[in-house]
Amino acid sequence: MTDEVNGLNESIQYVTVVIGGQLFGLPISRVHDVFVPESITRVPLSRPEIAGVLNLRGRIVTSIDMRRRLHLPARSDGGTAMAVGIEHKGESYGLLIDNVGEVLDLPSSGREPNPVNLDPRWAAISGGVHRLNGQLMVILDVDRVLGGMSEAIAA
Amino acid sequence: MDDLLREFLTETNESLDVVDVELVKFEQDPNNEKILGNIFRLVHTIKGTCGFLGLPRLEAIAHAAETLMGRFRDGVPVTEAAVTLVLQSIDRIKQIVTDLEATEQEPTGSDGDLIGQLERMSEAGKVPVAIPEPPKHAEGELVFQVLERQLRPGEVSLDDLERAFRETVPELPPVAEVKPAPAKKAAKAAVEKREPKEKDPEADPKAGSVSSQTIRVAVETLEHLMTMVSELVLTRNQLLEIVRRHEDSEFKVPLQRLSNVTAELQEGVMKTRMQPIGNAWQKLPRVVRDLSNELGKHIELEMVGQDTELDRQVLELIKDPLTHMVRNSADHGLETPEVRKAAGKPDKGTIKLSAYHEGGHIIIEISDDGRGLDLDRIRTKIVDNGLATEFELEKMTEAQIYKYVFAPGFSTAAKVTSVSGRGVGMDVVKTNIDAIGGTVDLRSVPGQGTTFTIKIPLTLAIVSTLIVESAGDRFAIPQLSVVELVRAQQNSEHRIERIRDTPVLRLRNKLLPLVHLSKLLGITTIGGEAKEPVSEEDGFIVVMQIGQQTFGVVVDAVFHTEEIVVKPMSTMLRHIGMFSGNTILGDGSVIMIIDPNGIAQAVGPTQAVSSIDEAEHDEDRAREDTQTISLLLFRAGDDHPKAVPLSLVTRLEEFSVDKVERSNGRDLVQYRGTLMPLVYFDEYAQRKTEGGLPMLVFSDAGRSMGLVVDEIIDIVEDRLEIEVGSERPGVLGSAVVKGKATEVVDIGHFLPQAFEDWFRRKEISAEALTRTLLFVDDAPFFRNMLGPVLKAAGYRVTVCASAGEALEMLENGRRFDVIVSDIEMPEMNGFEFAENVKRHPRLRSIPILALSSICTPASIERGRQSGFDDYIAKFDRPGLIAALKEVTTSTMEYGVAA
Repeated sequence: MTDEVNGLNESIQYVTVVIGGQLFGLPISRVHDVFVPESITRVPLSRPEIAGVLNLRGRIVTSIDMRRRLHLPARSDGGTAMAVGIEHKGESYGLLIDNVGEVLDLPSSGREPNPVNLDPRWAAISGGVHRLNGQLMVILDVDRVLGGMSEAIAA
Repeated sequence: MDDLLREFLTETNESLDVVDVELVKFEQDPNNEKILGNIFRLVHTIKGTCGFLGLPRLEAIAHAAETLMGRFRDGVPVTEAAVTLVLQSIDRIKQIVTDLEATEQEPTGSDGDLIGQLERMSEAGKVPVAIPEPPKHAEGELVFQVLERQLRPGEVSLDDLERAFRETVPELPPVAEVKPAPAKKAAKAAVEKREPKEKDPEADPKAGSVSSQTIRVAVETLEHLMTMVSELVLTRNQLLEIVRRHEDSEFKVPLQRLSNVTAELQEGVMKTRMQPIGNAWQKLPRVVRDLSNELGKHIELEMVGQDTELDRQVLELIKDPLTHMVRNSADHGLETPEVRKAAGKPDKGTIKLSAYHEGGHIIIEISDDGRGLDLDRIRTKIVDNGLATEFELEKMTEAQIYKYVFAPGFSTAAKVTSVSGRGVGMDVVKTNIDAIGGTVDLRSVPGQGTTFTIKIPLTLAIVSTLIVESAGDRFAIPQLSVVELVRAQQNSEHRIERIRDTPVLRLRNKLLPLVHLSKLLGITTIGGEAKEPVSEEDGFIVVMQIGQQTFGVVVDAVFHTEEIVVKPMSTMLRHIGMFSGNTILGDGSVIMIIDPNGIAQAVGPTQAVSSIDEAEHDEDRAREDTQTISLLLFRAGDDHPKAVPLSLVTRLEEFSVDKVERSNGRDLVQYRGTLMPLVYFDEYAQRKTEGGLPMLVFSDAGRSMGLVVDEIIDIVEDRLEIEVGSERPGVLGSAVVKGKATEVVDIGHFLPQAFEDWFRRKEISAEALTRTLLFVDDAPFFRNMLGPVLKAAGYRVTVCASAGEALEMLENGRRFDVIVSDIEMPEMNGFEFAENVKRHPRLRSIPILALSSICTPASIERGRQSGFDDYIAKFDRPGLIAALKEVTTSTMEYGVAA
């Protein structure tokens, strides 16, 4: 059913990820790479969402625990996390997520605004919602995910 | 951009900076033909090259300025107005060059105004008498015009320009050359490049000679090289790490070679980035000159150590703060000539800039001989801005209060209300300097001036660090701030003692506060499990010194040292003051780099503030009193706090009451295999029947005694200044310690109670306090170490940092009962000093003791010949006290302490 409108509207490709059972989508243009984070060095006194720093091919990447960022409980199944590498204001970040899914091509017209009753903390970093077969995909607004953190520091 | 043009821009920018400086010099020394020649040549070169490249606007101004300077060379008197005008022309040229750099085209516009004035001034120069009036008038107008023009380029019409030239051409033959300028300009719109003009012969030789010694390299090339070398260093470190794991590796030898080469390469590349600090100062003479005109003050700028080199990056970062501080000194620090004269100072104020290397740092000082900071005004402002309360201020030293000029928020208010207040934007200066890992301190003496001292690292790129572990994580501590590593175990000589629950480390007679790195960083878990921090006895203690603050940081383990390439932290982490950056280690993991300043602040914020030298406002008094010593505070007998110099106390112990044995009418405890007599501070007080007995242990020559007190309160750094004497035995008098009246205990009263002969070996008495002692040593370490010891031994100590200073003090009539002098000192050594003293009729009778680290028979003999009464090794403290006692008893009469 989404294919019908493809011809009329621009479509955006999303990298889908799962965090705490919820499907999220990140615009593919913002995703640099997907990697398995290894040996994260924790940074004392940093915000709780910051999982630490790691070495990704000679670059120092600040990794963000997305579960904490979304106020979800910590992972208990002990599975290995994945990370999505993104750039924000010239710096490298890695968003720690549970799983990476497929890349979806979704029309912009299919995007719906955040439901009004969405947790305001989620709403603050969500760029809208896509209805997929059987589940909803929340669009992660990368700039707001990271920008919100810097602001909180300044405050 | 065209290579030729780029070359021209770089060269011209440099020449212009030189011209700026030279012109200011020339103004002060108008008869110096060499300076004039230099300026003339530089401007001429600029003019020549401009013509060659087809830059008519620049050429026209340069030419007009050159003409005017030609007049100077012909002997026309140099006036301030004329120099100002030439400087303005230079400014205009700079402005055009900047535009040229941005757009690669000469900006449109006209310089008729300036050229007209230059022409008029040159013309006037022909009749020297006519100079003063018209140019002055012109100058005033000009400033305005220049500002106007900057806002609206090209406002002056071409007609004006034409007229300016027409007016001058017939009268001045040299200017005829300029006539084509407007035409050229018109032509320029159509044709980009004019046919090359004959290059000036005068410009050629210079270019030739310089190019043979140096080549110009783009900064990016160097930066890139630096990055690559940094990466190379990292890779080398990784290789070393791998080889370290394999004992018999055949890679070892070639890798060692690679390592050396890398180190050399790194050093070489760093060198290419080094620039003399003079580059950052270049603009200052001009700034000061303009300011002195503007403010109506006579200011001399002295610069020392221009050749001191530091990293280009660092240089760039301190340029603006420096300019700002010089500006500040000129504006707020120095007084007007009238005020200066009234204060008995020369009407010309001096701002002195000096730079020198010290360790891995460069020290820059900016001092003025102005009025000094206004303490009351700062106080008022601090209170008004809510930075501290009156009450808090009461307790602060002057130096601590001065420090508030760096406080954010202080400046803003200063701007609004200030007439004379200093501190406009000083917080910005401090922020900039902090950002590059530097520190800034200030000293101020009312009526004599203010000195700012900036300490910055030579380079930011590569740091040698010590890798430590705390709570399962590794951290890098910059080695510059690490003094030593100490392992404190039960039986080692460095023991950990506790005052209440605060652990302190006694290290060579100094008590250092201890902090756990894990506690500072708030890390109490390893892999999610809570973990007790390692006890001080099991861990390692990294002794760090930051400024004058020394403390021990307890870590779990210490690994190796590693050269690391500092990488900036993510903006999300930059608010954490404990870290200065992060890096990738040899094994590929990321490690956080500890910021020693952050640690120091966390350890003791108040100490950090007080770390700067106190102003010596009242010279003699200040020398005696500004030195703080460590005092042990305790309670005994009554509720008044009591103090004793910590350097006298050997240990703090606590024995349980049931350990106390009674024998031969006195209380004893078994202590380290011997019996130690106990003396109760208050003999008549009720003895405790249970619990612990805190005590101060004093040891000397193998004997110890314990002075039992009620409670040990704290160890503080403060001045020991006994203000009220005491009639009570056992109390020397009262002093203010940390804002509280505190009784200073006379240990001398208690020692004989334990051993009756104690005094025959050591002299500590209330009467002794009246004896004055002059202590001369150039090393601050010994001044700090021995000063309090002597003071504690009962002398009123005045310290001098040089023999010259001491001699001056003596000749000025200061009386001392005894002199103790170091031998190895710069300028005048101890022998010469003693000879001088003994030659002086009035001073001859003062006993003088030599204190030296060199104790050969020859030097002792030399000392005797010079007139020293005794010669003591520097570390022989009991020997010094004994010798002092000897010489003072032979010259003075006094009773043995009660």
